[in-house]
Amino acid sequence: MTETSPDLAPPDLECRALVKAFDGFRAVDGVSFDVPQGSFFSILGPSGCGKTTLLRMIAGFQSPTSGDLLIKGRSMIGVPPNKRPVSMVFQHLALFPTMNIGENVGFGLRQRGVSKPEIRRRVGEALERVGLPNVSKRRVDQLSGGQKQRVAIARCMVLEPDVLLLDEPLGALDLKLREHMKVELKALQAAFNTTFVYITHDQSEALVMSDNIAVMNKGRFEQIGTPQEVYHAPRTAFVAGFVGDANRIPVQVVEQSGGTLTLKTGGGAQLKLDAAAQGATDWRPGQKAEVFLRPEAVDLLPASEDQTGTVNMVPGVVDAVLFNGANSTVTVRAADGSLMTAALPQTGALAALRKGDAVTTRWHPAQARCYPAAEG
Amino acid sequence: MASDTSKLGFYLLLAPILLWLTLLILLPHIGLFVVSISEKVGPRDYETGFGNYAAFFTEPLYWRTFARTAIMSILATALTLLLGFPIAYYIAKITKGRTKTTLFLMCMIPFWVSELVRTFGWMILLRETGVFSQVLQWAGLVSGPVEMLYNDAAIMVGLVYTSILFMVVPLVTTLDSLDDSLIEAGYDLGGTTSAILREIVIPHAMPGIVSGCIVVFMLSLGNYLTPILLGGKDSLWFTGMIYTQFITRFNWELGSAFGFLLLALSSLVVFFGLRLSGRSLAETMGRS
Repeated sequence: MTETSPDLAPPDLECRALVKAFDGFRAVDGVSFDVPQGSFFSILGPSGCGKTTLLRMIAGFQSPTSGDLLIKGRSMIGVPPNKRPVSMVFQHLALFPTMNIGENVGFGLRQRGVSKPEIRRRVGEALERVGLPNVSKRRVDQLSGGQKQRVAIARCMVLEPDVLLLDEPLGALDLKLREHMKVELKALQAAFNTTFVYITHDQSEALVMSDNIAVMNKGRFEQIGTPQEVYHAPRTAFVAGFVGDANRIPVQVVEQSGGTLTLKTGGGAQLKLDAAAQGATDWRPGQKAEVFLRPEAVDLLPASEDQTGTVNMVPGVVDAVLFNGANSTVTVRAADGSLMTAALPQTGALAALRKGDAVTTRWHPAQARCYPAAEG
Repeated sequence: MASDTSKLGFYLLLAPILLWLTLLILLPHIGLFVVSISEKVGPRDYETGFGNYAAFFTEPLYWRTFARTAIMSILATALTLLLGFPIAYYIAKITKGRTKTTLFLMCMIPFWVSELVRTFGWMILLRETGVFSQVLQWAGLVSGPVEMLYNDAAIMVGLVYTSILFMVVPLVTTLDSLDDSLIEAGYDLGGTTSAILREIVIPHAMPGIVSGCIVVFMLSLGNYLTPILLGGKDSLWFTGMIYTQFITRFNWELGSAFGFLLLALSSLVVFFGLRLSGRSLAETMGRS
């Protein structure tokens, strides 16, 4: 549609083999990625995976041990944080308590030597865009948690940064507000059309808001992809276990034949998986592996139904019903003692299910994913 | 009955502070004030009047010493702040864990000995036959012994040294409570080091600065030992003058008047200091 192809413009943020090593420990270990202009990029990982270190390197508070970091095609190595075209929303927001809201938002503009009436106009505009007009004169402690959040974003956005970094800013909010702010943040990002880099350990925040998610573990990126890819086609066992809920079944490979992978659980039950859904891994008989199965992929059937001829059907007894509205689950104990969690269908068909009822679990061979178990 | 006993308990608990306030602060001050407004007209013959206060204003030596004491105390406070702030910032924000405790302790250690001993220490360093003079002679920078004692600079050194701890401690406390992410946010938003110091660090440290300044100013104004020992005979300090009136001249009436003038001066300076920094005494004392 336009003359300039998006492929020709350099991405807003690009990391090339970025490494940050502390004494004998690599917090960030060879991370490479790029974030195109105007997208919402999340880095998802458990605490201590190095995501904060990565973000602090992008902001300029820490310098990488090796590798390169480019913003709009310009290397940022050796550029101090106050000279980088990035802004950061801190975990606890870091609004200046000694200044009022207007002064907080205008801080960055004052540092650039913008004239006073111009600052007032732009501060007013920025506050209006985050939906908080006429709060300039208020003190920081007079705002609610969600309002502070928006002020912190306005304080960064008024500087029109190339990249906005967000360091788990929703962590301190209560659940209801967090749900609300997720939607709001995504809307703000779309409205400003600025590149957001968001780090979080909360997978639902990442899934809801992001265009792309990088799942990080032990200093490395395990997978980069859209929320759908990361959720439905996790590339590694870590991603499968970390993003979303999953039943984890330790198994042993029996054989691979004709597109079907046959596995055996510790209890002796046979599982059959679509080999095509597993990527190109070469399976050896006897090899140890792990099967990940989403609760919503498991069907619950009344015990009376005919069980012959279908694969992956295990009769069992309801061990517990965990009612949680739309996310209700049922835990089923099989005859060999293994547990399987299944989502309770929303149709209400099995609403009468109680502990001790006999049911059968069944799942499709294409819906489970198998990864070789880590050796040792 | 129960409320009676609890009331009794309340007054019993209150008694020590009330006794302290009345016996040690209120009564002596009333006594001093009564003495200060009595003029001696003959042996054992006194009249009530403000003659002692008038004497202060008519004798230039008195009010010049008074003004000199005030100005030097303010200067000493400013110097202590300038010197104490970087020290406190370093201890509170740059060092971590063990180094921090060690540095803080090293600030305190000199205060384990009496002020007199510390002042004598400075005399050993500064006097004509002292360490500095000898080192300068040995290095060939001066030809003869140098006397560094008995001047205003020596007094200033002594005043700053004796009171710096009282500046560093409140500053470390307030700077400690400054969240590092505020400083980082300042840099992130494009602030230079000086702008962050001016707009974020100093406003946050203001309660510590004000309370430190008040304490240091009061200590300097009421200091007796340091100006006398390091300043010598010619270097007049108002507390020395009060001492002279009471002990040497045996003129308690004038001495009391001087005491009240000093009280008025310190109250006035503290009042203006608080006005200037836009804080109330209650919030300054409450926060640090």
